[in-house]
Amino acid sequence: MAQVLRAEWDLRRVIGDGEGVPDGEVEGLSETDLIELYRNLVLLRTYDERSVVYHRQGRIGTYAMFWNHEAMQVGSAYALERDDWIFPSYRESAIGLLRGMPPAVVLHWWRGHPSGWWNPLDFNVASICVPIGTHVPHAAGLAWGKRLRGESACAVVFFGDGATSEGSFHEGANFAAVMRAPLILFCNNNHWAISTPLEAQTRAETLAAKAAGYGMPCVRVDGADVLAVYESTRDAVARARAGDGPTFIEAVTYRTAPHATADDPKAYIDLERVEEEKKTECVGRYERYLRRLGVLGDDLVDQIRAEAADAMRKGIAEAEAEPPADVSVLFDHTFESPPASFESDLAELRRILGDE
Amino acid sequence: MSELTLVDAINDCFHVELERDENVMVMGEDVGRAGGVFRATAGLRDRFGPDRCVDTPLAEAGIMGTAVGLCMAGWRPVCEMQYDAFSYPALDQLITHVGRYRWRTGGNMNFPLTVRMPYGGGVRAPELHDDSPETYYVHTPGVKVAIPSTPADAKGLLAAAIRDPDPVVVFEPKLHYRTMRGEVPDGEHVVELGKARVAREGEDVTLVAYGSMVPVCEQAADELDDEASVEVFDVRTLKPLDEEALLTSAAKTGRVVIVQEAPRTCGYAAELAAILAEKAILDLRGPVFRVTGYDVPYPYWQIEDAYMPSVARVVDAARKLLEF
Repeated sequence: MAQVLRAEWDLRRVIGDGEGVPDGEVEGLSETDLIELYRNLVLLRTYDERSVVYHRQGRIGTYAMFWNHEAMQVGSAYALERDDWIFPSYRESAIGLLRGMPPAVVLHWWRGHPSGWWNPLDFNVASICVPIGTHVPHAAGLAWGKRLRGESACAVVFFGDGATSEGSFHEGANFAAVMRAPLILFCNNNHWAISTPLEAQTRAETLAAKAAGYGMPCVRVDGADVLAVYESTRDAVARARAGDGPTFIEAVTYRTAPHATADDPKAYIDLERVEEEKKTECVGRYERYLRRLGVLGDDLVDQIRAEAADAMRKGIAEAEAEPPADVSVLFDHTFESPPASFESDLAELRRILGDE
Repeated sequence: MSELTLVDAINDCFHVELERDENVMVMGEDVGRAGGVFRATAGLRDRFGPDRCVDTPLAEAGIMGTAVGLCMAGWRPVCEMQYDAFSYPALDQLITHVGRYRWRTGGNMNFPLTVRMPYGGGVRAPELHDDSPETYYVHTPGVKVAIPSTPADAKGLLAAAIRDPDPVVVFEPKLHYRTMRGEVPDGEHVVELGKARVAREGEDVTLVAYGSMVPVCEQAADELDDEASVEVFDVRTLKPLDEEALLTSAAKTGRVVIVQEAPRTCGYAAELAAILAEKAILDLRGPVFRVTGYDVPYPYWQIEDAYMPSVARVVDAARKLLEF
């Protein structure tokens, strides 16, 4: 706890490097938990890698990959209860999988099919936020609203380093602090906002330093260390539930994949650094840790990978089998009580389409 | 019935609606301790507590954005934008989220938030305290818009907005906050959204307006009393529009002048004119005229009267149409 309350500029780490840096451990995590974390990492990694393939095959549209961001998503989500809310950006599009959302739903979203627009109440996962940082106030409002109702639920909102330049990030963070909202502001600092490097984004020494301006505690954590992310988030959740308000987590990593399928980072990124960072990517790092710990062997690894691959095979098959949406969906959900014009617009559209 | 000023009718509405539904909360800059810069929320903090009448940080996008999250937690927030033009930072949230979130959830979540703000000029105020930005809101899918012109409607339309399952933006004519008094029903009073009002019956020409332009049209009707029988049509709800009532009035008089305080180009009057062109062309005996603000920033207050659609300009347009 005390560590979270102090601004610490060194990154929190638990996982060692198998050489000079010793492995740590997180109190309270059982062997089952450790394997479950691995299972979640593999599920997201498989989702991401398969999605890039699906995109190349023309089976999904533009896709924002999250390769080497899995530890931030898995570690933080694992520190939450099912009643707690998750507010994803597009970089966390598949985080609902950790709450039991079928892969087909997220694939629908990237296929532009209405079936991909899930009911947030089913998973306590808000809709994917596409404009940068504008969901931070939503998460602050939900968390504040839960506190006002005397509920114990908290919320975590994910955004990137670029989002900290947005006004809505600032307004949301400030509201959360002023209203003592039980919120975790989770910044995945991967050093790049498309082609804009972190040093062109801010003169602040760290992104976590911004938290001081809101009177909010912060922690910096190695974003590729799933255990450190879990522990940091768990501390922040405890603060939130104790009524002590929001916490800013800066999880530091490096973007080793393009921003999205439409992006070619070769024009701007340091490719040598990318190759270097890939050596310590988050899934492999954790797998080696578990092997050193002696709780994970080849058989289990193969089994977990096969399960994830199978889930994706089924997911894409299901997504591709989904019938096209009827045009009536255009008008279905904008209003609870729609204007009369929607009915006449739909009737005219059907007449012109010849499907009266 | 009580005789109330327009702003007191709004305050009365809040007291009734917060008492009626414990999920309703009011939030905005200076709405709590001060009771609002126009006193629209006076007494609410003392009566319902600081959690249901919330003094927020000075951040309009933050107000509208957190209201989205409050809806997700089961609240019915009513956001005050302190002045019309101060709402522009919040347009980001309105356009990207408020009007889209229900649709985004496949209709599984409602966002029953209300945004209200004083609008319009004529109050000798500094720059950006005088705008009529309704078109930006009307143009945004997923958002309803109402503008009352009387104390009774100010109470009733706000109550309807608060009870509506969808986001509603209510613009209040600040010029008439304290200068207009009227009979207002006591207790619960709801004016259904989407229902226009014929403020004055007439046969020869319809003056269509909303908010602070309705009294201007009524004065113009008085001035034309010897020349023509003038109908004054109060739109009340800009979206959804009571199209049937508009077409009925246009069919009756065959002549329509639309009056709006906002700048002309792509203003709400243009939408009404387009609807009349599409659906009332054979009923019309002349062109649809618009009397509007000009396509300039709302001016320095020493010459603001020249900008505002005046009784003289409305009368002039009506005469031209009658002589067409």
